[in-house]
Amino acid sequence: MNELDIHPPLVEQLLTQFLREELASAGFSRAVLGISGGIDSALVAALCARALGPQNVLGVMMPYRTSNPDSEGHARLLAARLGIQTKKVDISAMADGYLAAHEVKDRMRRGNVMARCRMIVLYDHSVEFKGLVIGTSNKTEILLGYSTQWGDSASAINPIGDLYKHQIYQLSRHLGVPSEILDKAPSADLFEGQTDEGELGFTYAEADRLLYWMVDERMSEQELVARGFDAAFVRRMAARIAATQFKRVMPIIAKLSQRTINQDFRYLRDWGK
Amino acid sequence: MPLTDCRLTLAQTNPALGAVQRNLEEHVAAIEAAHAAGSQLIVFPELSLTGYFLKDQTAELALDVDGPELRTLRELSKRISILVGFVERARDGRIYNSAAFLEDGALLHVHRKVHLVTYGMFDEEREFAAGDEFRAFESKLGRFGVLICEDAWHVSSGLQHFLAGVDAMLVPSCSPGRGVGGGATELSSETTWRTLLDAHAMLFQTWVLYANRVGWEDGVFFWGGSRAIDPFGKLVTRIEGFEPALAHASIDGGALRRARVATPLLRDSKPWLLARGLERIAAAERAR
Repeated sequence: MNELDIHPPLVEQLLTQFLREELASAGFSRAVLGISGGIDSALVAALCARALGPQNVLGVMMPYRTSNPDSEGHARLLAARLGIQTKKVDISAMADGYLAAHEVKDRMRRGNVMARCRMIVLYDHSVEFKGLVIGTSNKTEILLGYSTQWGDSASAINPIGDLYKHQIYQLSRHLGVPSEILDKAPSADLFEGQTDEGELGFTYAEADRLLYWMVDERMSEQELVARGFDAAFVRRMAARIAATQFKRVMPIIAKLSQRTINQDFRYLRDWGK
Repeated sequence: MPLTDCRLTLAQTNPALGAVQRNLEEHVAAIEAAHAAGSQLIVFPELSLTGYFLKDQTAELALDVDGPELRTLRELSKRISILVGFVERARDGRIYNSAAFLEDGALLHVHRKVHLVTYGMFDEEREFAAGDEFRAFESKLGRFGVLICEDAWHVSSGLQHFLAGVDAMLVPSCSPGRGVGGGATELSSETTWRTLLDAHAMLFQTWVLYANRVGWEDGVFFWGGSRAIDPFGKLVTRIEGFEPALAHASIDGGALRRARVATPLLRDSKPWLLARGLERIAAAERAR
């Protein structure tokens, strides 16, 4: 047992209630999400299926022509296991329409374009399926800023954004996510051979532990080093969190009037709900 | 009058944020259900008429204690005593996080939350003026004191009610659920509140009637766990799960007397030592 361990039945109960109630507040009872074949979207699909009934969940598979075919295979396996509805939208023509015409070669730019194409597909299906787009970003990657702004980070509500990767695995095992998905190395699958941990330069286990003590428990750098964390790693992570803060907030508005949106015009989204 | 045998209802509600009329209708339904179940008292959560994270809605939803919303409930209090949470606009324009005790068609008592929470996820001091007293009051059912949520985290609040001889502490609350780590099978917020409420019942030898709300507001949920605890610290009833519900419980008026005979904490409390101690601390502060 460690500090990150959750009691999965309790978290399942809370997150299924969250999905039902926040959807209902917005006037919805159905969910749309991208299923990549990875663990985060698998977990969210499983939570949605339990919360709303599998017939009210649409899992959209959105491969690009270079995507690993295993990804789609795993997404299909998951959807069959859960009994949710699925749809495949190949984004190759859509993405290449821009990427080829503008000769975008840079790997990161190409990946961002793909992520934003997928966002467009999901938000359009949101209207067609009458379901809200459910987020699949976990706390570790949100804090690290390991996402495309307005791309995979875009959603209406996110049930797993306060769970570290370790907790994602725990809850996924509890909800019966297929072992093929649980056991493979996490990857954004934006280019061949990409893995999260390879790209980040550290493991999720290392990141989770440090982020927990740094963010949740508010430990100082000194306290973290005394706990055994490498000082350079601590500084690198702290800098990374600060540098990616822009991905975690709404766009900044220049204040001119007496009452400015989100400054002194402050209401919850559930206003009147 | 000492506490009588009575039946009470804890209303674990899920108010709609800022929809006072809709919430009022739900209050009326809960009051009627409690009355039908034979209860003489119903306790609603903190800010039960408005919901919690009001931000700029706070001032927009502030109610006059003589206004129509509370008048509706006052009318119903001819049948059953009611503790209800609301945003109070005082005559001088100050806005309070208040709970009103209504009985026999009259407003018997208003408690204004003293210990507003302003840290972490909370920002109450931005929205509310702080109340400035803990006053016990006489109901036809017994002598009561109100602690709104964070009030109960300051031992000096309950202590004043204890020394004023209350039979029951009514604790309306909007406690957000949080803390799922460490492998614990319950939320850490529940663990701490249970400890806190049990300690109040035992150390202050009083009934503790805790009504906490449920439901979600922009991703924050309230964990419920509404309960009645007797003056021995024994759980009499508790609402399980995170759903809206009513719990009816019977209060054995004699339990209070028996607890205070078995362990006469109030008799032996020596409040003058506290007064002297506080004076000494204050004098030392002044001299510093």
